[in-house]
Amino acid sequence: MELTIGWLYPTKMNIYGDRGNVIALSRRAEWRGIPTRVVPIHIGEPIPNDVDIFFFGGGQDQEQIAVSRDLQGAKGEALKAAVAEGAALLAVCGGYQLLGHEYRPHEGEPLPGIGLFDLTTVAGPERFIGNVVVDSEWGELVGFENHSGLTYLGPGVRPLGRVRVGRGNNGKDGTEGAVYRYAIGCYLHGALLPKNPRLADWLIAAGLRRRHGEVELPPLDDETEREAHASAVERARKTG
Amino acid sequence: MANQASNGRGNGARPWPDLRLAAAIAAAKLASTGIRRTGRGGGTSAPGLIADRIDPALLTKLARRLERGAILVAGTNGKTTTSRMIADILEADGARVVHNRSGSNLVRGVVAAFADHATLTGEPGGDVAVIESDEAAFPAIAARVQPDIIVLTNLFRDQLDRYGELNTIAQRWRAALQALPPTTTLVVDADDPTLTAITDDLPARRVTFGLHDVAYRLPELPHAADAVTCRRCGADLAYDALYVSHLGDWRCPSCGYARPSLDIAGTEVVLEGVESLRVTIRHGEGRSFTVSVGVPGLYNVYNVVAAASAAIAAGVPDTTISRALAAFQAAFGRIERVSLRGRTLTLALVKNPVGFNEVLRMLTAATGSLTVPVLIAINDLTADGRDVSWLWDVDFELLADGQVPVSTTGLRAADMANRLKYAGLAADRIVQRGTDMRAALDAFVADLPEGGTGYILPTYTAMLELRQILADLGAVETFWRQ
Repeated sequence: MELTIGWLYPTKMNIYGDRGNVIALSRRAEWRGIPTRVVPIHIGEPIPNDVDIFFFGGGQDQEQIAVSRDLQGAKGEALKAAVAEGAALLAVCGGYQLLGHEYRPHEGEPLPGIGLFDLTTVAGPERFIGNVVVDSEWGELVGFENHSGLTYLGPGVRPLGRVRVGRGNNGKDGTEGAVYRYAIGCYLHGALLPKNPRLADWLIAAGLRRRHGEVELPPLDDETEREAHASAVERARKTG
Repeated sequence: MANQASNGRGNGARPWPDLRLAAAIAAAKLASTGIRRTGRGGGTSAPGLIADRIDPALLTKLARRLERGAILVAGTNGKTTTSRMIADILEADGARVVHNRSGSNLVRGVVAAFADHATLTGEPGGDVAVIESDEAAFPAIAARVQPDIIVLTNLFRDQLDRYGELNTIAQRWRAALQALPPTTTLVVDADDPTLTAITDDLPARRVTFGLHDVAYRLPELPHAADAVTCRRCGADLAYDALYVSHLGDWRCPSCGYARPSLDIAGTEVVLEGVESLRVTIRHGEGRSFTVSVGVPGLYNVYNVVAAASAAIAAGVPDTTISRALAAFQAAFGRIERVSLRGRTLTLALVKNPVGFNEVLRMLTAATGSLTVPVLIAINDLTADGRDVSWLWDVDFELLADGQVPVSTTGLRAADMANRLKYAGLAADRIVQRGTDMRAALDAFVADLPEGGTGYILPTYTAMLELRQILADLGAVETFWRQ
């Protein structure tokens, strides 16, 4: 048994320390004796058919235009098909937006997404910057948001959770992130998974299930993760 | 500086007395003295705010009266060290230097430094100014000071929650640089593709510097690297030599855009561990000189070459430059050694992935693994960047091998410990010393052997706090008295 992580555009969509999510998934599988392989998926390269978990981070505006273009057509369809067949996925910030229907900027043409998530993002008037605490099916999640896009969910997804501290998807409806099958999109940097190990393990179990059936993940000593989580939540309460 | 006559520097044709200017200077001096007397920090920001309120033209008026003009230093990394080196060189050249030496590099900090040096009659109190500028404040400071020389060191990803994306900064800089007259000299690190692109085809004169044929190279672009695509055609850049992050001898395989030829080159570099470096500076028609400087690491080679290039552009003789650099003392908190209870502590400021990576590279260079105990102090206040995500862009995996413990403290001590765990350090090497920095420092020092050495790597506000603690313990002088 091996866990294959497909890292979408690691050289273009790589800001805000989101590679911490790839590190967390790899380490937490390896600590349980499951070897991992991280496969970079660059512009112009097809979606490999043996990926268990996809990761898609955020990037700068210029890079996101190139990535949006690359995802149109066969590549985006292949990614959607993989998720429909049960592959796990985590997308953060820019990656989250590009997996929706589209991103509408203040001026100019909308940036097309691929509609993997039933959601749409429009450029907002202010930037939401700060710590975020979310109540979710995976317990309390903590991260850091930094976005000006306002994301509105359609009926084809459910929110990742409700915002207790911070602004979330759009600052109005109290939701943060989106879930569709085993795919999660959200605005949570931090990096997210190292401080929220329950969510990391859910993605690992979901990713392995497609090719290997139900896999029991033995518990790990998560004392350090719990302390990091608790201190981040405390900072969020104090500073927002 | 060039064109002294044409820009009317330092001559007496001005209205006097300028009561508004005098009032602003007096108020700033008074506020500064008051703050210092009550022992509340270095008094580097409030006086500037007050003076700016009274006379918003203070900077412009005082800068215009400098005999040898002003030198502005901006960039993500190395600006404090570089500007201090330049100030030292100019002092060695006989100039009286106005300098925001404590690293307060926003508009108010620069105003405060000028007001502090100025006389109540509106004389600048120096012949030349060396001004370190924050990235975001650069356009405003450049517009007000109208410097003769601008040194641009590099542009890296830094505190995205504060500065926004690199492209945003680059665009703002480009706009500010376009407004500068042809009498301005830009001293630009051409090893940085972004800086090269935003300084192409400007009215101002450009002098390029960089490294040439240096043996210390990176095998590939580190994860934290920015600006790896061609600013002209968008293709991925290739490197004939890669030195620090995305700095090196770059070219675009698609459209042919490439690093311009270097007017001033650093070459024959020798890194002497965590202590010092040596580099030969080549410029002009076969002219060269070699300097030895008591700061470590390849990133400091860039600082040395940047400072030497600025001094060359300012007309300082080679011998003066090398003499001043040989005597250079590292800037506040950048790399600094103090003695406490028979142990030697070295402080090195860490503030972004590229800078942190270079410090880790330096600490592991000798043997391939860590040889000295380290205390990492991470805060998440505004000046540090409230988002600690950047710790995941730092290659702490460099510390995974070896036996030496790594301690953490600061408001995000737990996050930092978690990062080390995921970097692959054995659990018994990760020592969480809690958020109380005084207790953490105490315990860290107690665990060092008598006569031993430890490294302390703090973020900005953690460094301020540690400096205060060390000062209380009698280990160092407080910085504003320097």
